[in-house]
Amino acid sequence: MKLSSKNLLGIKELAKDEITLILDTASGFKDVLKRDIKKVPALRGKTAVNLFFEPSTRTRTSFELAEKRLSLDVLNLTATTSSVVKGESLIDTVKNVQALGADFMVIRHSSSGAPHLIAGHIEASVINGGDGINEHPTQALLDAFTIKEKTGRLEGLKIAIVGDILHSRVAKSNIYLLIKFGAEVRLIGPPTLVPKEMEKLGVRVFHDMNSGLENVDVIMVLRIQMERQGKGFFPSTLEYAKNWGLTSERLLKASKDAIVMHPGPMNRGVEVASDVADGPKSVILEQVTNGLAVRMAVLYLLAGVKE
Amino acid sequence: MKILIKNGHIIDPSQNIDGIGDVLIEEGKIIGIGDLGLGASKKQKTSLQSQVPNPRIIDATGLYVFPGLIDMHVHLREPGFEYKETIKTGTLAAVKGGFTTVCAMPNTNPVNDNSSVTDFIIRKAIQEGACTVYPIGAITKGQKGDELAEMGIMHSEGCVAFSDDGNPVMSSLVMRRALEYAKAFNVPVISHCEDMNLSEGGVMNEGLLALTLGLRGAPSGAEEIMVDRDIALAELTNGKLHIAHVSTEGSVRMIRDAKKRGIKVTAETCPHYFSITEDAVKGYNTNAKVNPPLRTQKDIDAIKQGLKDGTIDVIATDHAPHHRDEKMREFDYAPSGISGLETALSLSLKLVDEGVLSVTQLVEKMAVNPAKILRANKGSLKIGSEADVVIVDADKEFKVEAEKFISKGKNTPFEGWVLKGMPVLTICKGRIYE
Repeated sequence: MKLSSKNLLGIKELAKDEITLILDTASGFKDVLKRDIKKVPALRGKTAVNLFFEPSTRTRTSFELAEKRLSLDVLNLTATTSSVVKGESLIDTVKNVQALGADFMVIRHSSSGAPHLIAGHIEASVINGGDGINEHPTQALLDAFTIKEKTGRLEGLKIAIVGDILHSRVAKSNIYLLIKFGAEVRLIGPPTLVPKEMEKLGVRVFHDMNSGLENVDVIMVLRIQMERQGKGFFPSTLEYAKNWGLTSERLLKASKDAIVMHPGPMNRGVEVASDVADGPKSVILEQVTNGLAVRMAVLYLLAGVKE
Repeated sequence: MKILIKNGHIIDPSQNIDGIGDVLIEEGKIIGIGDLGLGASKKQKTSLQSQVPNPRIIDATGLYVFPGLIDMHVHLREPGFEYKETIKTGTLAAVKGGFTTVCAMPNTNPVNDNSSVTDFIIRKAIQEGACTVYPIGAITKGQKGDELAEMGIMHSEGCVAFSDDGNPVMSSLVMRRALEYAKAFNVPVISHCEDMNLSEGGVMNEGLLALTLGLRGAPSGAEEIMVDRDIALAELTNGKLHIAHVSTEGSVRMIRDAKKRGIKVTAETCPHYFSITEDAVKGYNTNAKVNPPLRTQKDIDAIKQGLKDGTIDVIATDHAPHHRDEKMREFDYAPSGISGLETALSLSLKLVDEGVLSVTQLVEKMAVNPAKILRANKGSLKIGSEADVVIVDADKEFKVEAEKFISKGKNTPFEGWVLKGMPVLTICKGRIYE
């Protein structure tokens, strides 16, 4: 089986069996990563360009390492080192990068739909590394991989996503993926960040932490972006933490084998208490490791589409 | 030059004409209109023709003959944004679309907030324009919403209305003063209704689709709050208010109620607000990015009802041409606007096919009512009036191809649509465009 598109633009665009293929392939790469020599020659001679128009540490380094593990030549462009600061349009920038011979372009951009826009203008496989408030598909894939690894399944699980869902591309991609696999998705947070209308997506919305966490198998905690505070979405981080912060006490509401996830970077003591983040239920660092395997799988499978 | 339009189906609501007949034009004026009604005698027709020997004869058999259309809401972009459109290209696009008069919004560079810019537009339109151009002056200096612009001087120079279109006048006090002050000149104040605090960052209609595309939404309420406010101010001041580009069900309802209560308010909508929903944005189609944003089916239904029952007086285009490069951008950064002059009449004729409007009502919305609101001596085929006429083939089908637009703005969400009904010939003050 192959993926149907040369691009990974979002989870919305992927079929369920394509997601399963990516997760299964990632499993193989995870074994590779456990070896002493972690590099494979799979994509030697091909070139990946990481175009990051927004700051990123985790996703960029994860992609870069995944690319290097597959023996790709890697070029990193960030907004400040590119011609974007000289006023060049996005399409011109990517066409120029394409002319250099890129096979993959990983793009992170503050504007939703930017990967979709460039995909229509270049030959290279476009991988969405996070676009605006739309999607962050590789994060959802690595989260699904982690959940499957820990619980053995996705179907029928009760999964709570807590925080600023409205502005979270991580949450959006996770919602689309988990629904495709028949999980029960609950969104928890203040009504300004988790409007009731979101139930139209096929999820349940809770504004109360204790009832939302009742018997859940997985808790995904999202980063609260500090800049939201001044915009009136909630009065203060202190008040946010008091109502929607994940504490060890609240964690007792969840199922006893529940796992705690966070896409990082964390605000300790705000959305998640330190003892929870570092506690036995936390799989936060495993998510990071799995991210590498999942991104290798994505690159590898997208290369296969063109062959 | 004499022109005889023969045997057309004349629709002129200003004279209650709906029948087969001829129109005779000489020296840019209408000098005869006759043989009306299917049963009229041949004698009449012959006598009309004999008044002027050797006219240019246009056979309009099977075609409609309307008074030239008037578009109250157009962005001609000149001065300042000639790369998007000029007075010349914009007016040529207008006549292709059947319009003989267009009103130019003031958000040019410099803004039309003083009489020298007004004068420039009028002179340029006389030199290069294909049709009549009426400038609309800014309500406030620089369209900043703070201080009133010199409405009186601009009015005497030729501005027919005032609007800060593109920017709402956020201060209720300033809007109150504008509505009060404009009464001195009996000109309408045209309001772009948008509460900028509420719509902040919105690039499409708020709702499930915006959520799934990851685009920030502007709620209907951002428009409706301002419609409501401006109606309250019109009531307070007894000023002449015209609501631009109505896009929501709630706005239609509020305007209907206001009219019932006798408040002086008129309203317009645009073809895109009754033709397509927010679904056109799917795939991050920047040609469907427009402000106010495309809404939902229930809004379309309400707008059609509003057109039918007279709540909405006018169909205008909000023709907003942009350069290709500006639209080929990230959705968030692409400018809002649709190039509308060359598809407006065809899209509006669909309303006739659907039974929403009669042909007469359509002509009222696109010619008679704009003339009334602007108090312009236009929109009629009365003897003695300027020869502004459009001949329309209601059955002719064509495919929308933006590359063939005369307008510099190729930004249309209707690319590839097959539309029925189009103007085949437009006469502006006796000049023929075909």
